[in-house]
Amino acid sequence: MSDDLGFFFLLISNGLLIGLMYSLIALGFVLVYKATDAINFAQGEFVMIAGFVAAGSLMVWGAPLWLAVLVAIASLVLFGFVLERLMLRKLIGRPVIAVVMATIGLASILRGVGPFTIFSGSKPLPLPIRDEPFVLGPLFIPPIQVLGAGVSLAFLAGFGWFFLKSRKGIAMRAVADNQQVAMAMGIDVERYFGVAWAMTGIVSALGGILWGNLLGVDVNLALVGFKVFPVVILGGLDSIPGAILGGLIVGIVENIAAGYIDPYVGGGTKDFAPYVLMILALMVRPYGMFGKRIIERV
Amino acid sequence: MTSAAPRPFLAVSNIEVIYDHVILVLRGVSLAVAEGGIVALLGANGAGKSTTLKAISGLLRTERGEVTKGSIELHGKAIHRQDPSAVVKHGVVQVMEGRHVFEHLTVEENLLTGAYTRRNGQATRNDLDLVYHYFPRLTERRGYKAGYVSGGEQQMVAIGRALMARPTLMLLDEPSMGLAPKLVAEIYEIVARLNREEGVAVLLAEQNATMALQVAQHGYVMENGRIVLDGDAKTISQNEDIKEFYLGLTGVGQRKSYRDVKHYRRRKRWLS
Repeated sequence: MSDDLGFFFLLISNGLLIGLMYSLIALGFVLVYKATDAINFAQGEFVMIAGFVAAGSLMVWGAPLWLAVLVAIASLVLFGFVLERLMLRKLIGRPVIAVVMATIGLASILRGVGPFTIFSGSKPLPLPIRDEPFVLGPLFIPPIQVLGAGVSLAFLAGFGWFFLKSRKGIAMRAVADNQQVAMAMGIDVERYFGVAWAMTGIVSALGGILWGNLLGVDVNLALVGFKVFPVVILGGLDSIPGAILGGLIVGIVENIAAGYIDPYVGGGTKDFAPYVLMILALMVRPYGMFGKRIIERV
Repeated sequence: MTSAAPRPFLAVSNIEVIYDHVILVLRGVSLAVAEGGIVALLGANGAGKSTTLKAISGLLRTERGEVTKGSIELHGKAIHRQDPSAVVKHGVVQVMEGRHVFEHLTVEENLLTGAYTRRNGQATRNDLDLVYHYFPRLTERRGYKAGYVSGGEQQMVAIGRALMARPTLMLLDEPSMGLAPKLVAEIYEIVARLNREEGVAVLLAEQNATMALQVAQHGYVMENGRIVLDGDAKTISQNEDIKEFYLGLTGVGQRKSYRDVKHYRRRKRWLS
């Protein structure tokens, strides 16, 4: 195999693995949007806070890894529940912009509160996996990315099953479809809003640990959240397969951009290439590739 | 109240409903449904039929409405302060006006949501078969997204879904709305069968009085948020005013154009 082709496959493979880790975070966004129609601009900050809790338990309080993971998941689930009850439930039925502004505000608060209460500066989040990449022909695959992709796939599949097959998952989609009719069927709608935010908490906790290991934990970890927008716009705001596909596309696009365009312009294309694609996608398919179309009968 | 009902298990007594704390929609509405009976609630658009059903099912509160006076009792227990989900657990399910299906769920998933309050997997399976038995058309549509099936099929989904909750009382709101006469007849036939074979009592809000009075044993006529007339279905369908306003017939049995009816004078007599 020529070096050029090898380089191409390297970019693609890294793009796919990183892409799945984007999908995991985007899943958090999709879960909330699907069930409650709320757009969560604080998704990145959820991930950041999870990173802070995990790194804090591990490095500051000296907890073992399993405990740190458990603490991160438990606190984010609790956080999701409480947040829904205290803030978002009050905003049900208000204009979309109210929820958008509230979550933007929340994002800023979290960026302040995280470092303030847990630790300031930057801390690593070591996981007991090896650092040297696996080498497969031309491919160099970092183990953390394999772990990340594996966890993402497992959760995406798990939630996919939940929504398609389980009684609670079907009820949750019913709530997302039409709240009043869901109530008429005896479904306790408000409880499902809480459940959706709690599920986002689980996903964000895992995202925080994986991304925290990759990037280190500080306030900038929240920037990962910005990648959620091209992912969900490409895939569809409320679609789990869409989150997977969107994540893969964003991962590949940014790696290709970094590999082929960066050498000519001196770097940085990785950060905006997905957004170019997002804007193009909005012009062609505003509901994403798998997004729910508004069904209109004539 | 007339006592055509042998043992009223739903008793609505003298309720008043207010929306948004100011708008009075129902005043002093009383009605009763007997166990296993079919009762028709007739009246024009805006008479308060849907509001009455929503007051019973508890959905009123999702629209900022409130029962401020009177009581709604099921087997002697007051239910007018309960959540919709509690009312469903008591066996009262509303099929809302306008064929509200979950559009993005498949027909079968729609039906499954009806069994939400029951949590019994095997019973749910059996009931699914029961629904397909009554609505064979839905069998071939089970995997379709409900938003894409025809209007009549959506109405079947809505009724079948309510049936999945194994109700003792079904509140049917305008099942004939926007459907072809042939489909209306089909749906009414199934409702009558459900009542006969499964023992489901039905409170039926309808503008299509002809159809409703054919299946019902008892009827109430509403106007401006009050009940202005009630009696057994036969008496009501013989009533001159009803014939003229709702059945479109004159005394001699010919069809009559609504244009010729002197609404104002006749209505005034009712409400005095």
